[in-house]
Amino acid sequence: MNTAYNFAFFDEGSKREIRRATLKAIAIPGYQVPFASREMPIGRGWGTGGLQLTLSLIGKDDVLKVIDQGSDDSVNAVNIKKLVFDTTGVETTDETREATLIQSRHRIPEVSLSKDQILILQVPIPEPLRYYEPSESETKKFHAEKEYSGAWLMLFEQIMKYGSMTTGADHPVLVHDRYVMAPSPIPRFDNPKMDESEALILLGAGREKKVYAVPPYTKVVSLDFEDFPFEPESFEDKECRLCGSTGVFLDELVDEATDETVYQCNDTSYCLEKLNAVGVK
Amino acid sequence: MTEFEVPVLSVKNLNKQFGLGCPHCKNGESETLVKNYCQVCGTVYACRDVSFDVFPGEVLGIVGESGSGKSTLMQCLYFDQDVTDGEAFVSAYENGEKNLFQESSQQQRYIRNHIMGKVYQNPLLGLRMNFSSIGNIAEKLIAAGSNHVGMMEGRGTELLNKVNIPVHRRKEAPKKFSGGMQQRVQIAKALSNNPPLLLLDEVTTGLDLSVQASVLDLIKSLQRELNISIVLVSHDLGVIRMLADRTLVMLEGKVIEEGLTDQILEDPQHPYTQQLVHSLL
Repeated sequence: MNTAYNFAFFDEGSKREIRRATLKAIAIPGYQVPFASREMPIGRGWGTGGLQLTLSLIGKDDVLKVIDQGSDDSVNAVNIKKLVFDTTGVETTDETREATLIQSRHRIPEVSLSKDQILILQVPIPEPLRYYEPSESETKKFHAEKEYSGAWLMLFEQIMKYGSMTTGADHPVLVHDRYVMAPSPIPRFDNPKMDESEALILLGAGREKKVYAVPPYTKVVSLDFEDFPFEPESFEDKECRLCGSTGVFLDELVDEATDETVYQCNDTSYCLEKLNAVGVK
Repeated sequence: MTEFEVPVLSVKNLNKQFGLGCPHCKNGESETLVKNYCQVCGTVYACRDVSFDVFPGEVLGIVGESGSGKSTLMQCLYFDQDVTDGEAFVSAYENGEKNLFQESSQQQRYIRNHIMGKVYQNPLLGLRMNFSSIGNIAEKLIAAGSNHVGMMEGRGTELLNKVNIPVHRRKEAPKKFSGGMQQRVQIAKALSNNPPLLLLDEVTTGLDLSVQASVLDLIKSLQRELNISIVLVSHDLGVIRMLADRTLVMLEGKVIEEGLTDQILEDPQHPYTQQLVHSLL
């Protein structure tokens, strides 16, 4: 552990300020709480929101897992893990079940989370109405007045243009029947996992200086229309080429040698766990 | 009073000033006032003690020179601006017993979305230029509680038909349309939720004569067909003569004359109205 820095990189005052914003976010599900996003040793927009939440919450007994688009081993995930390990010395893991803190970029793990875990999502654009209304002071009013026609209008426009809702990721959700929230760019497949989740879900946007949360056992509904219901991505008839899993989020890959399309688990730790279980047999 | 005589909209003693006012201009008839502008403190008295009623199916015209407070009055009625003081009652909301200006902004948004429609002089204010025309209409419908794409598309197409926008252009953004077409899309949007009250602010100003005629024709026929009440602001007496049943004449923020449109045009009482009528080409 690098003793040149305070435990978990930040001074205690900074951590407290972030935790205070977090508490407020938990108290008002889906509401974006402004906070003083700090300078970090990584650039804004590279997961600083999530990292600040992680650093403010982490204690000596925590076990940390960091995922980047489903992968534990991508550069971004590894470097964030290294930074936290260097300044705290806490144990890190790839196993979803072992982790107490899970920082993730754009995926919710396949293994369902428990009440002893906290999921921290990195958010690039926390404002679900941003493309509808560029002005922050206007969108704040919309949230205050629960005026969300813009969120539905964006989906309506997609239906008009393409015949169906085309949000590949970041499909807006209504939290606790009050605030419309950007769930961060998780695939639609992961949206239902937020509903009545046992684990606390925190979302941090470092560049936009916002923190928001979905507390455990909170109703989260993906926006849709009566005649165009919300549908997650479907991987029917497809399975992971490595572990054979079905009903999980799969990456579509093209084998360039044979020009064949193959599918593979997006969640690498889940895939590995399945493979190991097969190996035991 | 009988059922028939209950006004759709009733405005009482509406005042709107820009600036705080000073001891010199507070009593209204002070010498420091040039027209409705106080030379000492720079306060503008945009609307002074404006009262009127609008009855079901009636078109109320408001004329006056530019700067007489017509548009400010309309903005106040649509809650685009806060009034300084005064009351307004709408029969479709809480039986006309609640002063609209005292309601919360959330309630005011409800009233706007469900009971009123407004067409601005400048289509930029009333439309989202980058969304499709049908999306613009859907926006108002979504705000009024619709959640069925098929229904909204049907209604939107029907209205665009009514305002003579070719059906094959319904998915185009209004920014690609001419000024007259934009104005007609705006009218379709304002009418989409069948509002009992329509506010028209200088709808034909800036349009060429043939388009002007077709827009006026459209408003007249829609008004007859749907029996909506309209408040119509214009400085064009021709428009007023064609559409309005009853007319208010405003000058320097005050209502100086009111009566049946024919009466006002044939037998104006106030010197300003006489001048106005006589300057009609």
